Amino acid sequence: MNAAYSGVPRWLIAVAAAGALFLVLPLAAIVLRVEWLRFGELITSDSSTAALLLSLQTSATSTVLCVLLGVPLAFALARTRFWGQRVLRALVLLPLVLPPVVGGIALLYTFGRQGLLGESLRILGVDIAFSTTAVVLAQTFVALPFLVLSLEGALRTAGTRYETVAATLGARPTTVLLRVSLPLVGPGIVAGAVLSFARALGEFGATLTFAGSLQGVTRTLPLEIYLQRETDADAAVALSLVLVAVAVIVVALAHRIQEGDAREP
Amino acid sequence: MPVSLECSARIDARNVDVRLSVATGETVAVMGPNGAGKSTLLGVLAGLVRPDHGSAVLDGKTLYDGGASLPPYARGVGLLAQEALLFPHLSVLENVAFGPRCAGVPRKLARARAHRWLGEVDAASLADRRPASLSGGQAQRVAVARALATEPSLLLLDEPLAALDISVAPMLRRTLRRVLDGRSAIIVTHDMVDALLLADRVIVIDGGRIVEDGPTRSVLERPRSSFAASLAGVNLITGTTVPDGVLTPTGLHLAAMMDEELPLGEEAAAIFSPRAVAVHRARPTGSPRNVLAVTITDLEQHGARTTVRAGHLSAEITTASAAELDVEPGVEAFFSVKSAEVSVYLR
Amino acid sequence: MRRPLRSTAVSAVVVLLLTGCGSSAPAAGKTLNVYAAASLQAPFSDLASEFEDSNPGVSVQLNFAGSSDLATQIIAGAPADVFASANPATMERVSDEGLLASPARVFATNVLTIVVGEGNPLGIDSLDSLADPAVSVVLCAPQVPCGSAAETLQQAAAVSLNPVSEESSVTDVVGKVSSGQADAGLVYVTDAKAAEDSVDAVPINEAKQAENLYPIAVVRPGNLATEFADLVAGERGRDVLSAYGFGDQKQ
Repeated sequence: MNAAYSGVPRWLIAVAAAGALFLVLPLAAIVLRVEWLRFGELITSDSSTAALLLSLQTSATSTVLCVLLGVPLAFALARTRFWGQRVLRALVLLPLVLPPVVGGIALLYTFGRQGLLGESLRILGVDIAFSTTAVVLAQTFVALPFLVLSLEGALRTAGTRYETVAATLGARPTTVLLRVSLPLVGPGIVAGAVLSFARALGEFGATLTFAGSLQGVTRTLPLEIYLQRETDADAAVALSLVLVAVAVIVVALAHRIQEGDAREP
Repeated sequence: MPVSLECSARIDARNVDVRLSVATGETVAVMGPNGAGKSTLLGVLAGLVRPDHGSAVLDGKTLYDGGASLPPYARGVGLLAQEALLFPHLSVLENVAFGPRCAGVPRKLARARAHRWLGEVDAASLADRRPASLSGGQAQRVAVARALATEPSLLLLDEPLAALDISVAPMLRRTLRRVLDGRSAIIVTHDMVDALLLADRVIVIDGGRIVEDGPTRSVLERPRSSFAASLAGVNLITGTTVPDGVLTPTGLHLAAMMDEELPLGEEAAAIFSPRAVAVHRARPTGSPRNVLAVTITDLEQHGARTTVRAGHLSAEITTASAAELDVEPGVEAFFSVKSAEVSVYLR
Repeated sequence: MRRPLRSTAVSAVVVLLLTGCGSSAPAAGKTLNVYAAASLQAPFSDLASEFEDSNPGVSVQLNFAGSSDLATQIIAGAPADVFASANPATMERVSDEGLLASPARVFATNVLTIVVGEGNPLGIDSLDSLADPAVSVVLCAPQVPCGSAAETLQQAAAVSLNPVSEESSVTDVVGKVSSGQADAGLVYVTDAKAAEDSVDAVPINEAKQAENLYPIAVVRPGNLATEFADLVAGERGRDVLSAYGFGDQKQ
């Protein structure tokens, strides 16, 4: 459908175009800078595939963790009332605005060998220093707020009317959660999970600070790109393009899910 | 008749304090102005609002008593709201089978029961549809089946027809009349037709208090509250009995034909029809009429006749004379009514 | 890169004119552009201010970055007067382009050392003790200079280490050790000295076998450039550099 009159001033379109260009141009620059002749060879080297696989694997694990922890957290924030709730919400969203390096330092002093929980973990026989677990922790730390934020929004928009009806039909809280609430905000959870995955995939600062960098163990794609930059700029660019491609797919997926959600009555 | 529900509730935050009972198989209509506390009452009974004080017993089961309160899912109280609120991710049949499934009924049996209830509300053909594809009337029909499929001890209906088209409401009303027959139910409504057709008894709540409680017909014929009077389409003035009529707290004396010997100084209601009221711009003199100085608040024209409102009083005159009088909201005027048109009864 | 250099030069001229100096001194208002490896930041800053003090009216403009980046800039035409690299290979790249006005000479060396947590809790005393699987070691990645030096050293000493992490920078190696995440790391002596507040250094006997040489050369011929290179490679330069942990090749 074409609207006859948009009511948007023309100068605004011009500024908008500048804004869009600002975002799109750097991506185009990467595409232009790629050595296409060596592209296949660059992104299929041992270190590159190891980094890509590790990134996908850790991001997927982090996303599962985000869903397991974030869904209950979002419900608690959106559907219950307790003392200190507003403060908790602010704290939960803090990793969104913190520089990732700060997150890495915070994790170091929590789960690190000399951190808050490090000693207890060591007694339990768990040493997460320089392990893939540390990468997953760093990614989950930075990605969890995305899931909580988007799901809490979905929950508030959805309201509790269906839950009330379900209760008067004899459904206990757990039944209401599983058979009514979760299916209703399902698209919100999936969209939040996709965003979390994307954030986990791009995680760099916290991983570098907290988990270290070793091929196949802790060196995810962003860390590999950072390292390749030192010696082989072409490889760094090629891998950057791979990361951009994965991100584009993820964002498109999230967009589709949200559009599908909006089409529901 | 045995009592099904016996309840009292005080909710301080909303200034509601009521006490009522519902006999087994009886349908009670709850009416009253907006914000009177009708929906709060339903919320208390359904377990969604916690009263500050009071108790409720439904078929021998204590719903709440002081601090103790049964959760909504354990009360056996069904709730049907203005909107159908069918679960969008379930089919119509799954929606209706939801309640029985929660009660532990095996899947097959629950679906059979759902089919039966869909049949009861003439919606058997909708079983496999998705809620999004239903019309408002169809959805509400399914919602009725869903609420009944749990076989509640008490069914609460919160303006179940208010959101429907005028064209489909009568059909659903007939369905409700059929399924509510012999069922303990409380229906909140703004529509007198609902009260007349669906309810055995009417309770009028105003300002958080029950101001009227009686068989539907007698409440409408002899209203004791201004709300019931406006429902019945009559003017009502309350006061105390004096030898030839009623004296209001503000000192207005309303002369009436006292058709029976009433004790003096008792609280009484005087009612008269809007059709018996004449409207004047200047105070009428020399006639044996009651004259009330009023300020016009509203005009409502229906064809040849026009209703002139002044607060809770109204006069119905011809549209021609309304035009001649040149009345409009804000204008000072006088309503007069012959004493022979005013009837008085004790409240 | 060029704009700040020029504007600084301009402001230096303005300052000189305003103070009335520079009418007689031949070097008045002269700016010397020194391109130096990032690891030389501290000693070169000291030497540059000494040089300015003894040559009134001369302003030394220091440009620190990775040696390889600097070489690329010089080859691309950056106005460097003096170039000090962290390894001979990078200096050779500039030399191969015929851009050097003087032969390169090695003025300092740097060797690897072991860094451990303060107080050396595990009693680490040699490269061999790092091979113990119970000791978690962090190295630089082979792609970066300190990592390639660590590889050379392992080969020379016939020791094979299994690092728990290969970091992209010396800072990250020191950070992992100082935070206690790792037990030990390999970094340059100069890095260990800069971080001596948070880590202890344990010297490596075989360190000389992976010695890193720092060459310096004049790029654009000129008296000031030659004088600066002489200062760095001379007695005074040696003193300042050794204060920061750099070694002297002649020793």
